[in-house]
Amino acid sequence: MESPGIILAFWIFSAITVAGCLMVLVSRNLLHALVFLVLAFLGMAGLFLTLSADFIAVAQILIYAGSIAVLMVFAIMLTPLAARDNGNSLYVLPALAAGLGIAGIIGFVAVNSPWAQLTGDALKQGDPDTTVSVIGDLLVGRYVLPFEVASILLFFGLLGAIVLVHERRGARESS
Amino acid sequence: MTADVRRPATPMEQQIREHRSLVQRALALGGGWKFILGVVGLGTLIALAAGGFLVVGGYLDGRWYDIRDLGIPTSHLVYWMQAQGLSPAVPYLTTALLGGLGILSLVGGWLVIGSWVERRVIAKFQIRQGPNRVGLFGLLQPVADAVKLMQKEILIPLGADRLLFFLPPILIFLPAMLGWAPVPWAPRMSYVDMNVGVVYVIAISSLGVLAVFLAGWSSNNHYALLGAMRTVAMMVSYEIPISLSLLSVVLLTGSLQLSQIVAWQQQYHVWLIVVLPLAAFTFLFASTAEINRTPNDIGEAESEIVAGFHTEYSGMKAGLFLAVELGNAILVGAMMSTFFLGGYTLFGLELWIPGYLILATKIGAVYFVFVWLRATLPRFRLDQLMGFAWKFLIPLAIIQLLVIAVESMVIAQSGLPGIVTVGGSIAVNLVLTFVGVRAWASGIGYVSEAAASTPLLTNTVGGLRAAERIRVVS
Amino acid sequence: MPEGLSVTLVHYLAVSGLIFGLGTGVALSKRNAVAVLMGVELMLNAVNLTLLAFSRFSSAFAEGEEPLAGHVFVVFVLTVAAAEAAVALAMAVLVYRQRETVDLDRVNLLRG
Repeated sequence: MESPGIILAFWIFSAITVAGCLMVLVSRNLLHALVFLVLAFLGMAGLFLTLSADFIAVAQILIYAGSIAVLMVFAIMLTPLAARDNGNSLYVLPALAAGLGIAGIIGFVAVNSPWAQLTGDALKQGDPDTTVSVIGDLLVGRYVLPFEVASILLFFGLLGAIVLVHERRGARESS
Repeated sequence: MTADVRRPATPMEQQIREHRSLVQRALALGGGWKFILGVVGLGTLIALAAGGFLVVGGYLDGRWYDIRDLGIPTSHLVYWMQAQGLSPAVPYLTTALLGGLGILSLVGGWLVIGSWVERRVIAKFQIRQGPNRVGLFGLLQPVADAVKLMQKEILIPLGADRLLFFLPPILIFLPAMLGWAPVPWAPRMSYVDMNVGVVYVIAISSLGVLAVFLAGWSSNNHYALLGAMRTVAMMVSYEIPISLSLLSVVLLTGSLQLSQIVAWQQQYHVWLIVVLPLAAFTFLFASTAEINRTPNDIGEAESEIVAGFHTEYSGMKAGLFLAVELGNAILVGAMMSTFFLGGYTLFGLELWIPGYLILATKIGAVYFVFVWLRATLPRFRLDQLMGFAWKFLIPLAIIQLLVIAVESMVIAQSGLPGIVTVGGSIAVNLVLTFVGVRAWASGIGYVSEAAASTPLLTNTVGGLRAAERIRVVS
Repeated sequence: MPEGLSVTLVHYLAVSGLIFGLGTGVALSKRNAVAVLMGVELMLNAVNLTLLAFSRFSSAFAEGEEPLAGHVFVVFVLTVAAAEAAVALAMAVLVYRQRETVDLDRVNLLRG
């Protein structure tokens, strides 16, 4: 990728995303952490755009920033007596060590692998206009079985969430 | 029955009775004025006809002064810049800035005129005058309001979360502006004609939810939190009907690109509101819920929870919330026009007059429908709204989606002429809409207005019927 | 444009690894169940970024392969993330109903 605009966009969006993740880690308030999480999601969508993944970027905004963040809002609001501070558990230092270790290993493998020379542009051979039609063809073509399994998974996720949170009438008063 | 009560007309009734229309006033003018008016009118007509002749005759095509499509002057500007040997970033940035400025000024102008129109039209519905003091016909009233709002003190409530209280007016402004990006104003004239336009529209509209919630939560106010939770629940529910109705549009037209959707309607010479009446209604109604306008404005119901999620905001911050509400209405008008009303096309007229004027007219029409709804309908309760979305709109939208899937297959692959396939789809969808709505409504236990018993008391003692019997003496 | 400034696969992988590490840190160190879920979502996002980066830069991998398979995998990851978030948050609400807390340090019934 040589276009200066894309390089600038890559660095800006990386900075936004990493800063958002850091703020999720150090923020003292759960709602603040949520806002920074949404910021990280949006920055990630920008990174997807620099990879010319237009559909995935928009789907990222729709699903993560639009739906999962709102789900988290509901979860926070439905637990009114729980603590609102974004407190750390006893395992802060081991957790941070594990995180840094994983990041270091991934970075080491990424830098020391021969795929650093792969700078080809996959989209140039395929359909240059849009990724949507190709993704759609693949979803109902080669990957139709995973697609069906994913839909079943979504259905049971929905069902499971409803069954878990459903309040039986009168169960609350008796307990 | 006291049928012959007489009372003198009120001053308002006098005024209505003596009111003369514009035509009557023009006819009452003196001879010189009539002559001048006639010359101006005829001259305008001749100028328009000459312009249309030039356009259709091909004399204007592609020149920079052809303003039917503002993309033509812009592309000439870009060619000129490239000819100057500048780097490719300069025309790129210049056109981006031009487009952004255009959208900003357009929305700003709409905000000023729209709030005036809304207040005047609602005043007409309620038989009063509306703002008429500041400027001609009160046209400068929105400017005066803005100045007033800016002068007010900005309060931050005790115990409010400073950061989260500061953010929402800005956050809620972003989707209202970003949503304008994919709207096509003329054949090649849109800010970003992205090929995932429909998904983009849905995604951007879902971003406003979080800003509303943060506004309500950070205010440290029970009314604000109540309004925010109501709004979030309603927005999350009504995103599904919106997505389903837009999905049927996408299935039928076979493209996620807004300009392609308009081109489909142009190709088959039909508006999608005729082909998909149920989806169009679903989109319109669910949008009023999504943008908090009056049949569904339970999030800021002023008779129940002061002002909902922006109770604690004052000064220009509250003004921003109000402006965004209006701007969203206009944005939904643009989406409604693009998806269901043919966008910038008007059955060939777009060759004669600029497409953006046609689109602006359609936006104005949809906006008038919004104002009309606001003046007419009472506010729904929260449970009524939720039930309407989950029990009524979503099942019907899913049924329609299945039917549309078959129809789009037939239209795309049967090889029959469009008038047969699309006409057949229109017939099937109309029948489906009427039968489906009635059958589903009776299925979930809705009792129609006619079958319900008329309250006797309003018929005999008070109410509208009794009021009609009172005769007014002037 | 000088050679050192161009963005390659390694840059994306490095950013992705950083985000994955931060997500791991959040998921392992936070007490609140919702915050733990935030960390998990960040990790899934990092994986998505990796998949998309490989899909974008991988034209040299194999001739017959579909270059957009990575996008399809990301669609599946998004699906799983949505289902997982719904179930996990439902469990958080359920735990709150039983114990009046979503503090994971204090949900220790099995220890007695």
